Amino acid sequence: MSPAEILRADLRLMGELIPERSRVLDLGCGDGAFMAHLRRKRDCTVRGVELDMEDIAAAIGRGLSVIRADLDGGLAGFADRSFDVVVLSQTMQVVRRPALVFREMLRVGDQALISFPNFGHWRVRSYLALRGRMPVSRSIPYSWYDTPNIHHTTLKDFRDFVAANGGVIVREVPLQASGGHAKRVRLMPNLLADTVVALARRATG
Amino acid sequence: MNDMLEHCEGGPWDAVGNAGVIEARTARVGEVTLSSGRTLPDVEVAYEIVGQMSPGRDNVILACHALSGDAHVAGWRTEQAQAAGWRRSDGPRWSPPSAWVGDPDASPASAPKPGWWDPLVGPGKAFDTDRYCVICANVLGGCSGTTGPSSPDPATGRPWGLGFPVITVEDMVEVQARLLDSLGVERLLSVAGGSMGGMQALAWARWRSGRVASCIPIATTARLGAQAIAFNEVGRTAILGDPAFRGGAYYDRERPEHGLAVARMVGHITYLSDASMRDKFGRRLRDRDEHAFGFETEFEVESYLAHQGRRFTERFDANTYLYMTKAMDYFDLAAGVGSLAEALRQACRRWLILSFSSDWLFPTYHSRELVDALASSGAEVSFAEIESPYGHDAFLLEPQAQTALIAPFLAGVQAAETAERGGRR
Repeated sequence: MSPAEILRADLRLMGELIPERSRVLDLGCGDGAFMAHLRRKRDCTVRGVELDMEDIAAAIGRGLSVIRADLDGGLAGFADRSFDVVVLSQTMQVVRRPALVFREMLRVGDQALISFPNFGHWRVRSYLALRGRMPVSRSIPYSWYDTPNIHHTTLKDFRDFVAANGGVIVREVPLQASGGHAKRVRLMPNLLADTVVALARRATG
Repeated sequence: MNDMLEHCEGGPWDAVGNAGVIEARTARVGEVTLSSGRTLPDVEVAYEIVGQMSPGRDNVILACHALSGDAHVAGWRTEQAQAAGWRRSDGPRWSPPSAWVGDPDASPASAPKPGWWDPLVGPGKAFDTDRYCVICANVLGGCSGTTGPSSPDPATGRPWGLGFPVITVEDMVEVQARLLDSLGVERLLSVAGGSMGGMQALAWARWRSGRVASCIPIATTARLGAQAIAFNEVGRTAILGDPAFRGGAYYDRERPEHGLAVARMVGHITYLSDASMRDKFGRRLRDRDEHAFGFETEFEVESYLAHQGRRFTERFDANTYLYMTKAMDYFDLAAGVGSLAEALRQACRRWLILSFSSDWLFPTYHSRELVDALASSGAEVSFAEIESPYGHDAFLLEPQAQTALIAPFLAGVQAAETAERGGRR
């Protein structure tokens, strides 16, 4: 099970949470696979933000519009409420200032759709508990000192984070994404979900 | 192919001049009414065509040159090729005895020099002339074949000099449009250019949006800032203060070469960056180990600038320098409306905007203003600041990074245009 396949599984589900013909901004859009999916399957108007030049070239090659920017600089330049949904897929844990990025998402968009790896998953917990070492797995395949993932969070911590930053969670979809396809987790999500997809909106208005 | 081309295989710097030998052409586009209200009779345009126009004439890209450029965008000039021992081989193809790689400006004057955007224009390059037809014309007011201050004033038969009307970027675009009319090209797949060429591309996209499918402005701006206007003014002051200038009426006597060379030297500094000058020259001395304690040329950088200034006077007209820099200073894409966003509301739909990290003459924030204005108007706009140490000149010197974005962008525009045409049928 490669990280790419995990991504596809949670992306497919995220696509279903986005209403047809929405205006969507995809932050950290990579090679534009999700944007292309939204445009084709949901008839959405899509824009992307990405930092990696090869990814930008690949997305442009799909006929998509991508702006090169560092998310840690915020989304200055994007007007307030200019999108219906702003997507942050498996990217929150790599930004330096997640709170800034989240508040910016809810400034430029009506809703924020976020997916992230759940650090509260039992396998991560037991790795640390039993081995006494920082967890390394197939979905988190980096040593602590060279990982791009600098802001891991758990589902419970994420709920507090959203509330503390002016947001309200509208939908919360805990997933068991290892094993080829994403499966919903109903019981004890903070323990059993390895991936979480959440849709949030502004707390007021 | 010769040794040099084989040696460099793999990057866009290979295949230098692979567009081949490009014929210089001229068109007469008649009387042109200028932004100032004045008219210019019988305007002539020097232009070149690289690549084949499709039967539907729907693969044409207009490349717009910068301040010191000309119509020779890619490949080799016929006479240069012949002088350098090139031979015509099969069909339109010519074979070079040698080719030369690197900064075109640093090549010896006698060596054949490819066109100003040769690294990006030619078969297999960013503007792939196997797929697209690239047209480039010397701008109005220029000194490389198109009507300008060195052309004869029909009323007197003598060069216009400062009697030439002041022109704007929009006037340059009007003349380009007239050229395209004469070639039967109704719609451009794209209009592209760097620096002052980018301004022309922007003017096309705003004021002639119905004729362009996409716009690629590079290292440019919707309007110059005070710093860039200031450097232009230093250049003009050097020219105007040269005793040989004589109110611009110098064509039959000594030319204001000193003033023009100083203008070019100042310009060249603004096209480079601290890093590129440090790498290229440092504090190295030329042909000596110790200071001369005098005022002759000692440092490598002095020698380089002196050489650039001198070379420039051999091919460029001082009056044209005045008119071009003035046109740049006047350019304001938001002229006549409240904001840039308002100005671009009706602009063409697809955009690729590029800037360079070390460009301090046309800094990235100028491009970002365009991007943000376009994004709010709903245009399809992609943007990247490319990491480069080469300063403003990077649009001529960074083929890889630009090609990586321009090639897929153009392919996307062409596909979209084809799909839309199909939808209309």
